[in-house]
Amino acid sequence: MTATIARWTLTTHDRADIQRARIVRNSLTMAWRATLRIRREPEQAFDAIAIPVLFTLLFTYLFGGALSGSPRAYLRFLLPGTLVLTVLLITVTAGLSLNADRAQGTLDRFRSMPIWPPAVIVGGLLGDMGRYVLATGLVLGMGLLMGYRPAGGPGGVALAVALLLVFAFSVSWIWTALGLALRSAQAVTVLSFTVQLPLTFASNVFVSPATLPGWLRAFVDVNPVSHLVTAERSLMAGTATAGQAGWVLVASAALIAVFGPLTMYRYRASGLASLA
Amino acid sequence: MTTTKAPAAIAASGLVKSFGAVRAVDGLDLWVPSGGVFALLGPNGAGKTTTIRIFATLAKPDAGSARVLGHDVTKEPHAVRSGICLTGQFASVDPSLTGTENLVLYGRLLGLPRRPARTRAGELLEVFGLADAAGRPVRTYSGGMRRRLDVAASLVVPPALLFLDEPTNGLDPHSRLQVWDAVRWLVTQGTTVLLTTQYLDEADQLADGIAVIDGGRVIAEGTPAELKASMGGQRLFITLAEATDAPAAAAALRPFSRTPVIPNDLSRLIELPVTAAGGLATEVVRALDAAGVRVNDIAVRSASLDDVFLSLTGHEAAEDDDKQEEPV
Repeated sequence: MTATIARWTLTTHDRADIQRARIVRNSLTMAWRATLRIRREPEQAFDAIAIPVLFTLLFTYLFGGALSGSPRAYLRFLLPGTLVLTVLLITVTAGLSLNADRAQGTLDRFRSMPIWPPAVIVGGLLGDMGRYVLATGLVLGMGLLMGYRPAGGPGGVALAVALLLVFAFSVSWIWTALGLALRSAQAVTVLSFTVQLPLTFASNVFVSPATLPGWLRAFVDVNPVSHLVTAERSLMAGTATAGQAGWVLVASAALIAVFGPLTMYRYRASGLASLA
Repeated sequence: MTTTKAPAAIAASGLVKSFGAVRAVDGLDLWVPSGGVFALLGPNGAGKTTTIRIFATLAKPDAGSARVLGHDVTKEPHAVRSGICLTGQFASVDPSLTGTENLVLYGRLLGLPRRPARTRAGELLEVFGLADAAGRPVRTYSGGMRRRLDVAASLVVPPALLFLDEPTNGLDPHSRLQVWDAVRWLVTQGTTVLLTTQYLDEADQLADGIAVIDGGRVIAEGTPAELKASMGGQRLFITLAEATDAPAAAAALRPFSRTPVIPNDLSRLIELPVTAAGGLATEVVRALDAAGVRVNDIAVRSASLDDVFLSLTGHEAAEDDDKQEEPV
């Protein structure tokens, strides 16, 4: 065995020479890991396939007739909202996979390595983008099949998707912070559900806020998800204003500014011992 | 002595780390020279893992200081991480990735370009007997295979200092020898290895220096030979024919041991710590015969970790009751 090992190509001395351009490289390596996991276990992407398909079909045909007279008319109003709802729901996976990494001791190893610490999280989120794009494509594809015709054209849709991905990336930091703060995956799931339910449903995704009682309307009007949905609708309809998109970008920056440092704080303190 | 000391791989003084009311590390001082293998020997809950986690920059000490490879673990964690590698108690490899992919991941993270990372992964898988399983997800590996892959992951780019937390825990004898071989080879390449173990024989086989840890502090330190000598080396177990002979037997055995011989009232068994049992058994039987004590059975056993602890601390090795330190 020793003879075999002696043929190894590297020694201790090589270590110091290979610590460069860590930030981008480390993040891309971690993103590669995330995509590998999905490729090895396609069931990990199941939510990114099932939720878009189910939501688009269910909401359109369930509410379409009642709310707008016909599913096709409702689709124009609903589809951008379904898109937002779908992608936001599957962002929770970011927290779940980080929670699993900690439980397995993988985070310990990463934390003891000379890598750019946020790469573990940023890379994971970049890998998740693949899932978001998949879900987005499914919702849009189904919408087109069902008769949705965005007035904003391909350019408007592309901008809408880009804005949605930025917001999804930012929202994910809430779940990474939770994933590291909470002990079990179940706890992450339960808590994320109680956060997501009011944020996504008490918004303008399904109905116009004008029909709501005052107190609920007040919440819906400040809900960032409402602003995102408004921006998505107008981007796809080709009527967007800079203010609408700008509001979403500011909200995204604010989310990262709050939950980014919180996540990294939990990451640095994420020793197995802190769980007891 | 004026000989120049080798630079310290680890120099720690007064380390304290508490979890709630439990002081997992309680005033630990340690000096580990560069080169060779150093073992932290102690039972579950002795503070070994917490100590290693402090050295690997994963936990901050509440008090005291530690320099690893010349860098302060709390002030310059990145400099420390550049030279170390940690193989924890739990296989940290990704179960959904293949063996190759896991090793390539660590190679890439440490800065290897794609092709060298793959070449390197192949070399390591071969060395650790995992070449056949290289393309299989780690999920399908046995415990021993996972452990070997985990150790291999630490060697993708050999570190200056490698921490191995209970590296052979739960391994079959063959895998155990493979890990030991890899550790010995690493040392010839200039890597310093700090390992924790509960097994005296593992420390004996591998370590140049041993620190015995109990209750979060170092209670004895030395080479394996020094420690064994101070620990009473081996034990003779003598079973008497008649329990009433015990006092006479104890008196007759006194010259053979430095520590007093205490006969067990409930049985006819006498335990006699001796430095070396070779040839002694015959003399013991002769002495007992001369004292008129009849012997049913006599057996020789090497000092176990329990014996070591009994002789060092006066109490049995503690049960692992602080789960904070080694979670399940």
